[in-house]
Amino acid sequence: MSASAPESEALATDVPPVSDSQTLRRGFKDLRDGFAQRELWLSLGWQDIKQRYRRSVIGPFWITIATGVQATAIGILYAALLDMPLNEFLPYVTVGLIVWNLINASIIEGSEVFIANEGLIKQLPSALSVHIYRLVWRQLLFFAHNLVIYVIMVVAFAVWRDLSWASLAAIPAVALLVLNAVWVSIVFGIFATRYRDIAPILSSMTLLLFVLTPIMWTTQSLVAQGGAVAERARIAELNPLYHYLEIVRAPMIGQPQALYHWYIVLGITVAGWALALVALRKYRARVPYWV
Amino acid sequence: MTKHVSIDTHNACVDFPIFDAKSRSLKKAFLGKAGGAIGRNDSDVVVVEALRDITLSLKEGDRIGLVGHNGAGKSTLLRLLSGIYEPSRGSAKIRGRVAPVFDLGVGMDPEISGYENIIIRGLFLGQTRKQMLAKMDEIAEFTELGEYLSMPLRTYSTGMRVRVAMGVVTSIDPEILLLDEGIGAVDAEFMKKARIRLQALVERSGILVFASHSNEFLAQLCDSAMWVDHGQIRMRGEIEDVVRAYEGDDAADHVRHVIAEMKREQDQPGTAL
Repeated sequence: MSASAPESEALATDVPPVSDSQTLRRGFKDLRDGFAQRELWLSLGWQDIKQRYRRSVIGPFWITIATGVQATAIGILYAALLDMPLNEFLPYVTVGLIVWNLINASIIEGSEVFIANEGLIKQLPSALSVHIYRLVWRQLLFFAHNLVIYVIMVVAFAVWRDLSWASLAAIPAVALLVLNAVWVSIVFGIFATRYRDIAPILSSMTLLLFVLTPIMWTTQSLVAQGGAVAERARIAELNPLYHYLEIVRAPMIGQPQALYHWYIVLGITVAGWALALVALRKYRARVPYWV
Repeated sequence: MTKHVSIDTHNACVDFPIFDAKSRSLKKAFLGKAGGAIGRNDSDVVVVEALRDITLSLKEGDRIGLVGHNGAGKSTLLRLLSGIYEPSRGSAKIRGRVAPVFDLGVGMDPEISGYENIIIRGLFLGQTRKQMLAKMDEIAEFTELGEYLSMPLRTYSTGMRVRVAMGVVTSIDPEILLLDEGIGAVDAEFMKKARIRLQALVERSGILVFASHSNEFLAQLCDSAMWVDHGQIRMRGEIEDVVRAYEGDDAADHVRHVIAEMKREQDQPGTAL
């Protein structure tokens, strides 16, 4: 697709040059150039976090505290409702919530990434991906802050006894999550800039998905009830976010891991990136016109 | 600057789609496609042609001033040349590191200190952190803000902010420098200082395109001019001729006067400014 453009340019000197705006090459170049400016987005991402907690004493650790309080509240309530042992359920909810926050923010903030950076996009000719990387990096920093609670839980509830070498699978799982956050931000970012209804649709969707994804409940508890309810556990498998959650959560709390979650996530990652590249090829140059 | 610095555009057009509230929603896109009977296609969006058929070829050493009425397309042309807007039709090829100076405020964070802002702003303009740290003393001296640079930017007055922005912009080594007017709000003495630095900056850069309503400024920084009118290039040539066509004889005479004065100053080194 992209190979034809430079060729035709080289051949014809008198023929008007063909614009390469809508080539895959330019799409890749954008991703590469943006990555090369990492000094910029690394400091901007940090700045974003420091900004939010400026002049507060605890600073960014408010992120940790907020998530901790939320996880504890949900954990205690649902452990009682679902009749689960608290020392197992609380770490489960905590890790689920931490991972969910990362997914949720990638979708919601990803869809607003270009709109929020309108000023910069219109004034400075930098790669679009700079804004994407900045966003994902910021989310990763949030995630890192939240990991503090995880560490506390591991110690407090003796989760470390369940951990093994297999728990290291969480590292590639998080890497995969980050890779997905990038394509999600590119795709939703571009389309939500053009169609301003997409961002509100996504924010209600994620609210729905939060309830439908096994974060506050477990698929095992559905299966355990048997009958028609057990059938619903199979429906939960249709939710792609469940698989994303599972590849990170299971190793982190030392639960048995199933390989098929990985296959599904890898499949979606490849498909999502293909979509992101198509979007970059076709609409990258349009974003400054749309914001 | 071993790299070949150039800007080539060929019949480049910049059309802004103006989505009204309705067509910016999905609803209309779906309905519009389905309801072919009304005779609308999916490109049925109001479009403003900001630039039409711009064919340009700028090479190293070009110093071009843009003149034209408000809304003629000067700023859009600068954005086309910087690569922010890729032409909706036609093509544009930009080789070289671009430093656009359109809005001095953009990329400045009111909550962080002047120092940090200088670094971030420099990073935005394609410099590295190391390069910016090396230039910090020089910039600090130029801005005359002293200890104030460690205060958050929100405590600065407008003029002080412009000083910081000008300090950064004039410290970099751009290959392509695009200047939009709006360098005001500084006291006269500082302006004189800024002008000298700006001239030095222009000399360092490969290509300069400068949009301004001040003919004096144009004459000082540029060696040729372009008249942008209704999104097209109406005329290109000597500053004096372009200004004569655009504004009349009085303005052109003034330009000639300014150029003559600059020549005189150059001939007597040491007394300049």
